[in-house]
Amino acid sequence: MASDGVVTVYGNGAITDPKKSSYAVKVGLAQMLRGGVIMDVVNVEQAKIAEEAGATAVMALERVPADIRAQGGVARMSDPGLIKEIKRAVTIPVMAKARIGHFVEAQILEAIGIDYIDESEVLTVADDMHHINKHNFRMPFVCGCRNLGEALRRIAEGAAMIRTKGEAGTGNVIEAVRHVRSVLGDIRKLQSLDDDEVFTFAKQIAAPYELVRQTKQLGRLPVVNFAAGGVATPADAALMMQLGCDGVFVGSGVFKSGDPARRARAIVQAVTHYNDPHVLAEVSCDLGEAMVGINLNDEKVERYAERSE
Amino acid sequence: MSVGVLALQGSFHEHLAALGKLGVKGVLVKKPEQLEGLVGLIIPGGESTTMARLAEYHNLIQALQNFYKKGKPIWGTCAGLIFLANKAIGQKSGGQELIGGLDCTVHRNFFGCQLNSFETELPIPKIAAEEGGPETFRAVFIRAPAILEAGPSVEVLAEYTLLSNESTKFCSTIENTENEGQCQTGQKVIVAVKQGNLLATAFHPELTSDTRWHSYFLKMLGENGHQSLVPVKVKQDPENSLSSSQIRDLPIFQQTEVLSFEL
Repeated sequence: MASDGVVTVYGNGAITDPKKSSYAVKVGLAQMLRGGVIMDVVNVEQAKIAEEAGATAVMALERVPADIRAQGGVARMSDPGLIKEIKRAVTIPVMAKARIGHFVEAQILEAIGIDYIDESEVLTVADDMHHINKHNFRMPFVCGCRNLGEALRRIAEGAAMIRTKGEAGTGNVIEAVRHVRSVLGDIRKLQSLDDDEVFTFAKQIAAPYELVRQTKQLGRLPVVNFAAGGVATPADAALMMQLGCDGVFVGSGVFKSGDPARRARAIVQAVTHYNDPHVLAEVSCDLGEAMVGINLNDEKVERYAERSE
Repeated sequence: MSVGVLALQGSFHEHLAALGKLGVKGVLVKKPEQLEGLVGLIIPGGESTTMARLAEYHNLIQALQNFYKKGKPIWGTCAGLIFLANKAIGQKSGGQELIGGLDCTVHRNFFGCQLNSFETELPIPKIAAEEGGPETFRAVFIRAPAILEAGPSVEVLAEYTLLSNESTKFCSTIENTENEGQCQTGQKVIVAVKQGNLLATAFHPELTSDTRWHSYFLKMLGENGHQSLVPVKVKQDPENSLSSSQIRDLPIFQQTEVLSFEL
């Protein structure tokens, strides 16, 4: 078993508490979030609106992705004080983002006792070669992916939950659809392969053979898989669910819209009743203005999803 | 004649899979009318606040209360336990709707945040006596609730003994809310109960491969005068089969770690 609790990887000064948190417990929380919506919030008021609407968890941030896009600059882990304040205000799980490869930010987030860490490409990348070795933490991690190989590499690093990246802060669902279709399409292809062909498939997608084999056997990713990056309407959320995701992250889509409370509630209901067009029609009425959104044909728009492999 | 699984949010697919293993067809329930014709209901784990909101949106609370009053068995795991309790503490501001019925006071997030989530070999004398198998059960506690007080009509099925460092940790959690100084070192907390047609567990039997709790619940359906659900191998109904909606089951964690990354 790879290194749960092994602390020598980061050299002699390792801080991480070696107490074991079994992989089942890490994946278990993600399983409890299935069929739910996780919302980005930047303060206590928004966190309460999200909780009230029925979000299964909140992602505590200083800036939502749309603002990170607009303002530019380096995006880092949020102020732990803000995260603690949000944690005190709500009863649902609280997640927070750490920069890719920045394991000290992750240690800080673990120390303040949040429920899940998102190693996120939305923040500026801290290590362009390596992700955090997530086996060293008791805290579960969620990571982004664009295709099956990327998803399985993150799981090999210890991620207990996967989200397809989409393109955060754009309000444009095209990239989210592309990534979900890519992951699930690859799994369908994998299932049609002969067992003898799986070795080469694993090599082609640059993922550990053992996880590829397990994915083939299960017919799905071995962890919970949410969609993210561009979901702005109840219909977008239901689309992600019908494509085969276990749940949805909504970032800027809720609090950059005209009536956040109402839209949040509608998206929550859309995820539960994703295959019932009558309910979807009902909840989609009179939501006020959606977030404006960005056309992704524009070459100048930075692709966050391409920041990591 | 089938068993429903409340499918608003949470680990309902895992429950369906566990029922499937026992040869029983589970039906997903999202709306009040879908409760009709069911002989029993499982309320899965998940976020209790979320489930309460979603149940409210669709007037399910009332329907579930009627379901319970008709004497039909309901089993709640984790969030489901909170739902069934008469009183829950540690809720979000403004509280949340409960179905009620179980004469218990539940602390909504007794074991604290995810860092305090754990798994343990829990002694389950009653279940082991009826269902056989080992004396303990691999119980996964995820941001779990616990039962602080139980009325006289409540039968305790399992208790968890707090470790000394844990009890201080949990005491501080409790002090933060409204119940001060209730726990001491080595104290036991109740984590599984039965009262009449209600069964409740603070942990998640649906996340492990041991199906004894599911089979125990299925026997309760028989006890209540309904036609007993004799486990028969049912062919999956395409209507409810998971493959049709592309959703598949996650690995149910076996006694040994299933996910290992050794090559």
